Amino acid sequence: MVEVKFSGFGGQGIIRMGSITGKAASLHDGKQATLTQSFGPEARGGACSAQLVVSAERILYPYVTVPDILVAMSQEAYVKFEPELKDGGWLLIDEDLVQPHPPHGAVRQLAVPATRIAETMGNRMFANMVMLGFLAAVTGIVPLEALEKALPGSVPDRSIPKNIEAMRKGWGIGKQQSADGS
Amino acid sequence: MSRPKPSQPDATVLTGAHYLDGDEACAEGAIAAGCRFFAGYPITPSTEIAERIASRFPLVGGTFIQMEDELASMAAILGGAWGGAKAMTVTSGPGFSLMMENIGLGIMTETPCVVVNVQRGGPSTGLPTLTGQQDMMQARWGSHGDYEVIALSPSSPQECFDLTITAFGLSERYRLPVLFMMDECVGHMTEKVVIPPAEDIPVIERRWYRGPKESYLPYQAGPDKVPDMVRAGDDYRIHITGLTHDERGYPVINAACQSVCVSRLVDKIRDNAGDIVITDEEAVDGADVVVVSYGISYRVATRAIALARAEGIKVGSVRLVTVWPFPEARIAELSRKVKALVMPEINLGQMYRELQRAAAGNCRTLLIPHCGGWVHDPNDVLAAIREGAK
Repeated sequence: MVEVKFSGFGGQGIIRMGSITGKAASLHDGKQATLTQSFGPEARGGACSAQLVVSAERILYPYVTVPDILVAMSQEAYVKFEPELKDGGWLLIDEDLVQPHPPHGAVRQLAVPATRIAETMGNRMFANMVMLGFLAAVTGIVPLEALEKALPGSVPDRSIPKNIEAMRKGWGIGKQQSADGS
Repeated sequence: MSRPKPSQPDATVLTGAHYLDGDEACAEGAIAAGCRFFAGYPITPSTEIAERIASRFPLVGGTFIQMEDELASMAAILGGAWGGAKAMTVTSGPGFSLMMENIGLGIMTETPCVVVNVQRGGPSTGLPTLTGQQDMMQARWGSHGDYEVIALSPSSPQECFDLTITAFGLSERYRLPVLFMMDECVGHMTEKVVIPPAEDIPVIERRWYRGPKESYLPYQAGPDKVPDMVRAGDDYRIHITGLTHDERGYPVINAACQSVCVSRLVDKIRDNAGDIVITDEEAVDGADVVVVSYGISYRVATRAIALARAEGIKVGSVRLVTVWPFPEARIAELSRKVKALVMPEINLGQMYRELQRAAAGNCRTLLIPHCGGWVHDPNDVLAAIREGAK
């Protein structure tokens, strides 16, 4: 069982990241995935998080207790959630949006310029997809193909090619970093 | 009201695997069950159901009306049902309060429909975006007068789909508003939902009166105490009123008619409770402690049960799939076999009172209360299981 917390601010597509990952795992990778979200009146700009549990077995308890993976797309989210991360877990940050302190314990901290890459593609809205590709590459939580299959119905049809392009860019960087690190 | 139009079969039942939240799954369950009339007023955390219905109904020939408030919404679905449609409304606590009078009208006029309450914390406007299970007794007793209800409580998006179909079936079978008591956590939880082929979905249709028009009596019931229905406007002589009425549906304001009318409303549910009640039991045989739970609290309790078992405590689980009627015979039976019955619920003791009543002092009954806004810490449930096992 893998517990993931996606975090950032409203408007970055944080919940969408959790939803696409969960959909990819449960519909296209033969696993179970339960997504829950902190749901507040705050919308764009406020702190926001999605919790995803992925498992080969039936998931009864639906909530993330100690995240194995934390994705932080804002400084506020990083400060709030980083202390919860499992020792030895993965911390994935957008390097332009989060100024991290040295990782605690055996946390594997990796950075990707997700928003900057998305901006070079013409729209920072694709930053979450860059991060998803990066997440898939470094943690192996779900195959890239499953993520791509999960896009129809989750993003507007006309933007699917751009979303796939963004995912693949993130995936490529993730694979490169993994190769460099090993 | 116009008759439901012929639907497009491919759009009616979205056969296949989907990744849906509980609200979306509830909407799909309603459509698969044949619901084609919806009237409602948006309220968090139920609005996603109305949104999905509003976007899907044009594809299946349904009628969606956004009403001016919840009183009107409830009245409109009663009218929709008498016009021949399977009808539904959705709301949360504050709107549920406003619907109470017309839910009573639906009980009295024996109008099949489904009322969904995605519960949030109360009283009053309370916690619009945060969870609660605080309307359970309101579901039972919120309208005035004597009556019985049927209410269900799903624990997963899959069940939001499956049990919405069950809710429609029960409403048609027993002719009353069936209450679908979700909570914000299950409504906003996303999981895989498998929608079967249409032919495998157990849809129960309305029992229409087929006899001669001249001998039709709208409230004449057979041995099961449930009368057959006709559509308003189909040339039958019908009279529908909230007043105490005889078999013709005409008001008769005296104690004798009241006894016949109200007794049948109550007995048609009580006599058939064995067919209505659904529980989901696990490892209750030989258990010292049984956790009785429903909705999101069941999902949370599973962690505490696993932890307790790891400590060697013999603990079982009874999940209330139907919360009303309460499975009192089963709880009474269990109370004579176990040391304790433990109930976590996100209120300060509502279904717990029923648990105590049914257990009748045969064993300990332990409530794990929660004011709402979030789910229990599984460790609090674990502590109660440990206490009960002593």
